[in-house]
Amino acid sequence: MIQVTNLSKTYNGTTVLNIENLEIKKGESFGLVGNNGAGKTTFFSLLLDLIQPSTGHIISNNVQINLSENWKPFTAAFLDESFLIGYLTPEEYFYFIGELRGQNKADVDALLREHQDFFNGEILNNKKYLRDLSKGNQKKVGIIATLIGNPEVIILDEPFANLDPTTQIRLKNIIKKLADNPEVTVLVSSHDLLHTIEVSNRIVALEKGRIVKDIHTNEETLQELETFFAL
Amino acid sequence: MLKHFITLEWKSFVRSASFGSNMVLKIFMILAGLYFIALFLLLGAGSYYMLEENNLKPFPTITTFLIYYFFADILIRFFLQKAPVMNIKPLLFINIRKNSIVNYALGKTLLSFFNVTHLFFFIPFSVVLMVEGFAPLGVMSWLISMLLTVFAINYLNILINKKDSLLYGIGALVGLIGVSQYYSFFDLTLYTGRYFSALYETPWLIIVPLALFIGLYSVTFGFFKKNLYLDAGLATKHEVAKTEELTWLNQFGTLGTFLKNDIRLLKRNKRSRMTIGMSVLFLFYGLLFFTNSIEAYQAPLWKIFAAIFVTGGFLLNFGQFVPSWDSAYYPLMMSQNIKYRDYLSSKWWLMVIATVISTLLASFYLYFGIEVYLAILVGAIYNMGVNAHIVLWAGAYIKTPIDLSSSKNAFGDRQAFNVKTLLLALPKIVLPLLLYGIGYYTVSANFGFALVAGVGVIGFAFRNKVFTIIEKTYKSEKYQALAAYKQKN
Repeated sequence: MIQVTNLSKTYNGTTVLNIENLEIKKGESFGLVGNNGAGKTTFFSLLLDLIQPSTGHIISNNVQINLSENWKPFTAAFLDESFLIGYLTPEEYFYFIGELRGQNKADVDALLREHQDFFNGEILNNKKYLRDLSKGNQKKVGIIATLIGNPEVIILDEPFANLDPTTQIRLKNIIKKLADNPEVTVLVSSHDLLHTIEVSNRIVALEKGRIVKDIHTNEETLQELETFFAL
Repeated sequence: MLKHFITLEWKSFVRSASFGSNMVLKIFMILAGLYFIALFLLLGAGSYYMLEENNLKPFPTITTFLIYYFFADILIRFFLQKAPVMNIKPLLFINIRKNSIVNYALGKTLLSFFNVTHLFFFIPFSVVLMVEGFAPLGVMSWLISMLLTVFAINYLNILINKKDSLLYGIGALVGLIGVSQYYSFFDLTLYTGRYFSALYETPWLIIVPLALFIGLYSVTFGFFKKNLYLDAGLATKHEVAKTEELTWLNQFGTLGTFLKNDIRLLKRNKRSRMTIGMSVLFLFYGLLFFTNSIEAYQAPLWKIFAAIFVTGGFLLNFGQFVPSWDSAYYPLMMSQNIKYRDYLSSKWWLMVIATVISTLLASFYLYFGIEVYLAILVGAIYNMGVNAHIVLWAGAYIKTPIDLSSSKNAFGDRQAFNVKTLLLALPKIVLPLLLYGIGYYTVSANFGFALVAGVGVIGFAFRNKVFTIIEKTYKSEKYQALAAYKQKN
């Protein structure tokens, strides 16, 4: 699904990301872990063509990302609050994304109904614009919006941060369900090893822009990662 | 303490996104600033002798009209001077007295261009007064009083910017005074003139402007200090939101999707509402030209000039900040399933629709004759055919993030209309004037109209070609824009 070749990103002589080869298979649930500055967000930004690679390229579903825009129809992402439009109500935002992804109002409504408990009654019909919601509630909106229109690639940067414990558990269930779908490739980054292990079947650890671990999740994974990061 | 504030301020200035990318603009603004300073110097030093030549007593004449000078100053400041912006939040809990924070934020506004230029008028004028034999002590007292008044106005403007009630109050008062002066019910200048010359004759009267300055400073100080809380002046006011479906736009497909958003953008943010207000004002701008009330504006070229502004108010004010209006969520727009062409053409349509509406609303100019309205129609065609493209194209290079919500903040910037805006509007105006001039002076006025309209139509015809170029520009500027928008102020 996603093939990364010789990808690097350099800012003023400092290489922040350097991935020689990485293949993410269709249907994989891919967890990216690493300390601050390891290059997680840089990698996701490159996947979304928000920054240009210094060398190499990413091919997603036969589309080279920095050359063509044809990856957009099947990719959805939520990196930070700059993916939200502050002056819209949550409903308007969902419908807007829906229209861009070729979904009608009924489709979007059905999806929202499915995730009603995730919103915990604080999002819909609340007479608030997105800019006035709390950080956690904004995040909920952003995450659910990535599910609109059945995208094949879903990218979530730090989805667990800022969420309350109940919502974290609900989010884990949502991601697990996506992971079970062989058509959907999920990419999740997190500082939280436990959460990532629970939702991913493959974990890659980055350090200073390089891949230092690439493991298929099993019982020993947590142990292995904790030993690795406990320096 | 002051040292820290100054280094912070300096860093935020040199490290801002617009500093690097807009060097040309900076130079332009510096040149414009120098021009104004030269103008004021000339006025300050020369006005005494100019008035004398016209057989007017210089000092009494100046003191009579000073009140209008200050009124004009308030007006200009309201539209152009930005309220003090300082990143306050991170300072609140640090070991800095609130008084120092507010004093600094207010104190630094005194260094603004809008205060400094007055020095270039009053100081040379006072020197001339002394040379002409006025009593030095009186002149000094007068000069200092004038500067205190200018500084008092500086704070008055800040208050006006924050309190709408004060804005309407002062607006009504000035209007009333103007009207009653015009119909000679009541001549304010008699009293103010006496006051301004008394400041020279009786030097100790300097305490009046001093009291005014101290008074306004402490009111502003009190206002800012009182509002220096996260849930007061620094809080974001929560509006009651209402979901608007705007389903009638669905028939336009993708275009409708974007138009819906743009309509909400315009309606729900103070910054963009200000833009609409400006566009409405522009609609009436033509009155200055077509009523023949100002002699200097009767040259034929001014017709096209006015027509461009009357029909293009929205286009010029809104268009030049495309895509900055979407700066807060540009990463979303760039990663969603959006084609640049759809995005750009929705903005283009928005401007075209607004121009059509302005042209219809401007039909009251028919009162001034068919030729006037013809000029407006020609201006509209040029706006839609050429200027709409130019603003979109130029927008790709303007990488100043717009903080849509900051206007709600007591310390945010509020003016949607600034000096930069004016400068960038110029090239869009000069070309049609030139075309009309060529037509008018070689053949006839109608030929001039035909030339301008013709170029507009050609612009239409090449729309697809131009859009391809603009699209390319946006693509190549995309990464820089994304990086610049990340920086907020």
